[in-house]
Amino acid sequence: MKNLIDIKDLSVEEIDELIAKAKDIMSHPENYWDKCKHKKLATLFFEPSTRTRLSFESAMMELGGNVIGFSSGSSSSTSKGESVSDTIRVVGCYSDIIAMRHPKEGAPLVASLKSTVPIINAGDGGHNHPTQTLTDLLTISCEKNRLDNLTIGLCGDLKFGRTIHSLITAMSRYKNVKFVLISLKELGIPEYIKEEVLEKNNIEYIETDDIEEYMDKLDILYMTRVQKERFFNEEEYLRLKDHYILTKNKLEKAKKDLCIMHPLPRVNEISTEVDDDPRACYFKQAMYGKYIRMALILKLLEIK
Amino acid sequence: MNIDSIENGIVIDHIQSKKGMEIYKALELDKLDCSVAIITNARSNKMGRKDIIKINRSIDLNLDILGYIDPNITINIIKDDKIIEKYHVELPKEIVNIIKCKNPRCITSTEQELDNIFVLTDKDKKIYRCKYCDTVNDDN
Repeated sequence: MKNLIDIKDLSVEEIDELIAKAKDIMSHPENYWDKCKHKKLATLFFEPSTRTRLSFESAMMELGGNVIGFSSGSSSSTSKGESVSDTIRVVGCYSDIIAMRHPKEGAPLVASLKSTVPIINAGDGGHNHPTQTLTDLLTISCEKNRLDNLTIGLCGDLKFGRTIHSLITAMSRYKNVKFVLISLKELGIPEYIKEEVLEKNNIEYIETDDIEEYMDKLDILYMTRVQKERFFNEEEYLRLKDHYILTKNKLEKAKKDLCIMHPLPRVNEISTEVDDDPRACYFKQAMYGKYIRMALILKLLEIK
Repeated sequence: MNIDSIENGIVIDHIQSKKGMEIYKALELDKLDCSVAIITNARSNKMGRKDIIKINRSIDLNLDILGYIDPNITINIIKDDKIIEKYHVELPKEIVNIIKCKNPRCITSTEQELDNIFVLTDKDKKIYRCKYCDTVNDDN
């Protein structure tokens, strides 16, 4: 049995296979309507996340399956002190596959060690969120028609932004990918990502605090939200949160085929005036998220 | 200074100076009922100064602890006043319940029954990461 805990669990070939499957589902959704008939997905969300949970539930429903679960830790037996391992062993009796979000980092790994059914990590604290990365890869593949030869700008919270770390890790396995890392010093990319991923794989990267400096070079601009929940100090959060706001003006020099991405939810980092720009891909990105999760559920349930 | 040689037991030699006590505590040698000698700052041609631990009995050593604290030590097994075996330790690939994860967001911070497992991710820099949350142990 296979789980998806970390994006590194998947080889490049497996990622390519998932992307191909997701594209096939998008082209021929009717071929997949009954694939998961009589199968149940349990969405165990110990921490609320409406869009990820709905994306998983919608994915399972479009495959003809059913969904059970809870949407916050307070409505699960964890609030009575039950361990993750015990919860997972019980839920495994009632479901065929589990998507789990947990505020504690490593909780999905703990779950996978005891589970009798496949576990999908739907986000563990600031650590991993592999299905967001798969969503991002499918978005790039659909919008740019390739995953290599790309210059990717990453802007905002590069320190705590787990989607950023996972995306860098995943994209560094493709040829001729360059990164422009746009952030304030306080929210810069951690040293270990530079050393263990970028430098180790000889990936070209530039660091800047100016969002417009390399705008004309970018194929992708990935904006992120400064997440309040990652700060222990509220003053620091308030000081940093609105530093980068993408507006039409800032896009003046950008390529005509730039792809603007954001994992959502957005707060202020992309002005709503950008939403109508054809280069804005973030709502499509949310749609791609459903299709890649459909592909993943099929793969983990070993359904062709 | 003279410390009696041992007839049967173990000599942990070439311990980096000042690390002898740490090893003594980590191996819980205070719980043994045999004599144990810790020699600190002994002269060494190879190292300048070194620590040595002599245990007057044969025991099962936790090589992961030894390798983690000091991968350059030598272990001598003594029987009938003679060294019958000499071997080196190395950095263990994985260590279990030797160090604790300090990340307050790690699952091990709330689920106390979980083993604290760290995995060696960079041998040259001696970097161990928590198996659950990937946090680096920066004790070294």
